[in-house]
Amino acid sequence: MATTFDVVFIGAGPGGYVSAIRAAQLGLSVGVVEKDKLGGVCVNIGCIPTKALLHSAEVANLMRHAKDLGVTAGEVQTDYGVAMKRSRRVAEQNSKGVEFLFKKHKIETIKGTGKLLPGRKVAVTRAEGGTVELTAARAVVVATGSRPKDLPQIGLKIDRTTMISSDEALLLDAAPKTVAVVGAGAVGCEFADVFNAFGSQVTLLEVLPRILPVEDAEMSDVVAKAFRKRGITAVAGAQIQKVEKGKGGVTIGYAAGGKPQTVTVEKVLIATGRAPLTENLGLEAAGVKLTDRGFIQVDGAMQTTAPGVYAIGDVAGPPLLAHKGSREGVVAAEAIAGLKPHPIDYSGVPGATYCHPEVASVGLTEEQCKERKLEYAVGRFPFSASGRARTAGETDGLVKIISGRKYGEILGAHIAGAHATELIHELVVARANEYTVEEIELAIHAHPTLSEAIAEAALDAMGRVIHI
Amino acid sequence: MEALSPTMEEGRLVAWKKKEGDAVKAGETLAEVETDKAVMELVAREDGVLRKIVLGEGATVPVGALVAIVGGKDEDISLVLPPTSPAPVVGGGLSRGAGAAPGTAKAPAAAATPAPATVAAPSLHPAPSHPTPGSSRVRSSPLARRLAAERGLDLRLVPGTGPAGRITKRDVDAAGAAVRPAAAAPAAPALAVVPGMAAPPGGVRDVPLTTMRKTIARRLVESIGPVPHFYLTSEIEMERAWEARAHLAGLGDAYKVSFNDLIVKAVALALRQHPAVNASFLEDRIRYHGDVHVGMAVAVEDGLITPVIRHADRKGLLEIAAEAKTLAERARARRLTPEEYTGATFSVSNLGMFDIDEFTAVINPPEAGILAVGRIAQRAVVADGQLAVRRTMRVTMSCDHRVVDGATGAKFLQTVKLMLENPLAMLL
Repeated sequence: MATTFDVVFIGAGPGGYVSAIRAAQLGLSVGVVEKDKLGGVCVNIGCIPTKALLHSAEVANLMRHAKDLGVTAGEVQTDYGVAMKRSRRVAEQNSKGVEFLFKKHKIETIKGTGKLLPGRKVAVTRAEGGTVELTAARAVVVATGSRPKDLPQIGLKIDRTTMISSDEALLLDAAPKTVAVVGAGAVGCEFADVFNAFGSQVTLLEVLPRILPVEDAEMSDVVAKAFRKRGITAVAGAQIQKVEKGKGGVTIGYAAGGKPQTVTVEKVLIATGRAPLTENLGLEAAGVKLTDRGFIQVDGAMQTTAPGVYAIGDVAGPPLLAHKGSREGVVAAEAIAGLKPHPIDYSGVPGATYCHPEVASVGLTEEQCKERKLEYAVGRFPFSASGRARTAGETDGLVKIISGRKYGEILGAHIAGAHATELIHELVVARANEYTVEEIELAIHAHPTLSEAIAEAALDAMGRVIHI
Repeated sequence: MEALSPTMEEGRLVAWKKKEGDAVKAGETLAEVETDKAVMELVAREDGVLRKIVLGEGATVPVGALVAIVGGKDEDISLVLPPTSPAPVVGGGLSRGAGAAPGTAKAPAAAATPAPATVAAPSLHPAPSHPTPGSSRVRSSPLARRLAAERGLDLRLVPGTGPAGRITKRDVDAAGAAVRPAAAAPAAPALAVVPGMAAPPGGVRDVPLTTMRKTIARRLVESIGPVPHFYLTSEIEMERAWEARAHLAGLGDAYKVSFNDLIVKAVALALRQHPAVNASFLEDRIRYHGDVHVGMAVAVEDGLITPVIRHADRKGLLEIAAEAKTLAERARARRLTPEEYTGATFSVSNLGMFDIDEFTAVINPPEAGILAVGRIAQRAVVADGQLAVRRTMRVTMSCDHRVVDGATGAKFLQTVKLMLENPLAMLL
């Protein structure tokens, strides 16, 4: 096994593996240290398996209403264990896919736990036993990612049985009868959706005034309404005061709207965020500094405070999103190869939440536009006015485009509704290329499609909406 | 040859700081280049090896011409080597060798088309594109175009930092006042009435400055403040010029020239005879220009601009007439390219058509003078001891006293007068 490479990566998640491939494309020799499966959290216990479960949930919900569409398939029964096993197979296939890509690009994988040493070296405690020291001629890239964060100070401590994180939720054999999901960000909303579809009684608790708090308020409203309709108890502004583990499960005492309440559940899913994995990495000794918030401090080319050491993905700071990590990986690889990569526009990183209805967004929310005192126009188009949405019986939600009042540039774009996470990219591309609402509308949109709602929202921003 | 200043059109290679075969790092100085303004450093855009020096020391080439090739040590540069003589390459900057990378085609590398990425001579995204005068297509975002249109910015002068040099909002914001659309200005009120300028009775109307208006304001202050002006006025008899012009017009439309054309020609010839006036003050030295380029102030909507008739001393009257007409039209349509309104060595500003008898104009630095031209009118003059009626024209020359002294300017003006009073002299 080679021990000297041009670039050594610690971590093969969506940041590390993409970066490794890009580096190999650029002719660099690449070694990747990974303690678990290739693909990281995203592929194995994150994006991919949750989306597999969410698809099962969607099918379950669809079948419950199939009768309205003239299709009867008997009584709908769900089995979380089966859905879970399928999600594992999907994750496994994706991880294998990364393995294949590594072989194709002659990237060497070193199974084990890496630790940074000064002088662009990495000490690896190998999974198969023993240690090995790797040397990077050009750079070491830290791409260790993040782990679920708990809040022990208020009694929310992950114990992996009754108090679980997404890691455990993805491996349950059965859906809990009752579950409290703490934190209504993307992860919380997605699991609330899945458990609800699989028959759990779900209580979703969010300390901030609304669910999906980072999204535009109108999108939060769409999801909150849909959740309530499906029987999810979504409580925003919930201050957790007490968490007690007892025989009959966990009892959470919380105050919402000044009223103390309790809920007793079989399991608590803690979805209050993720923390960067920076421990035991030898960062300090190697001269790698952290930010106040505990992320690795990097420059525009993703280089840390230690020359020749780069950091990408969750460990390098928010937003903690796979696609942001992948982009940083490309930038780091190109910078290491001596190219001048295009700097990342962090304001253009889209967000995607895959609960039903889906929520996707890019740029500023209306609240942020107000805070910044921007002069803006809002264009909206509800899916209830879309012919295509009606044919599919998916009329929840809307497209909302916030454009600059003067020039029509896209300040922010938000979609709640079916396929929102796919639809958003028209607006992501438009925004990245500084198209205005006029260019969006001038491009002819096929009929009947959900995408027409985007053109109509663009028209609405200019005060010329046709179909409402 | 890179545009090392927004107004640079050509550069003279003063000295090479690297030899062929030398390793160079991005940012290292490759050569010294003299621009219209100063001696600047031409720096390497990439790490690599200076493979080939195309342009010898002392040579002058336009912006965009190939000056050298920087590439990988063993890279095949035959595709980008000029056949025999240096061939102008589209776009600014140093050309890179074309390297073979998996999945990328070999192609001549010019800044306009990024070279295939290789580890040795890498550039995925070219450095910010520099103004490339003359190129008609500008890569820019719709938002950047809207902003530029509103601010009156010429996008061709804005360096783009997006993919392949695409101009984005950020670039337009950054360009701001750095881009100068206008040049010389007569010390006269705005020539064109801008729609929407009238204030309501009893009230006021504040109109934000356009970029052009801001530039004019800045340039004039830059001129009248630091440049010590003095003025020379002369009355020129225009009878013969009048006759000559009428005579030419009688030959048909193809022979029509304006008085302004005659004045430009006379000024150009006088500049040739008086090189001391065809000069610029450059803080630590005076630069005398070998060529005569005459700028002519043209009023456009909400401002003015000074297109340049290059080598006016070597051009015939008809040539000057045709060129002046086109330039004025292009100026009014705001379609002038940078090389069409920069690089004058002396300017002429004519307000005769507005019935102005005489006025003084503000010098357009770094030029050393400007001629303010009044109307041609029949005036009472004393000729041969008799009162007579003659067509005359008053001209006032503003001189930069740091370059031109009173007598120097006066002699120049005498020549201009001689030429215009005796148009035949312009044939000599």
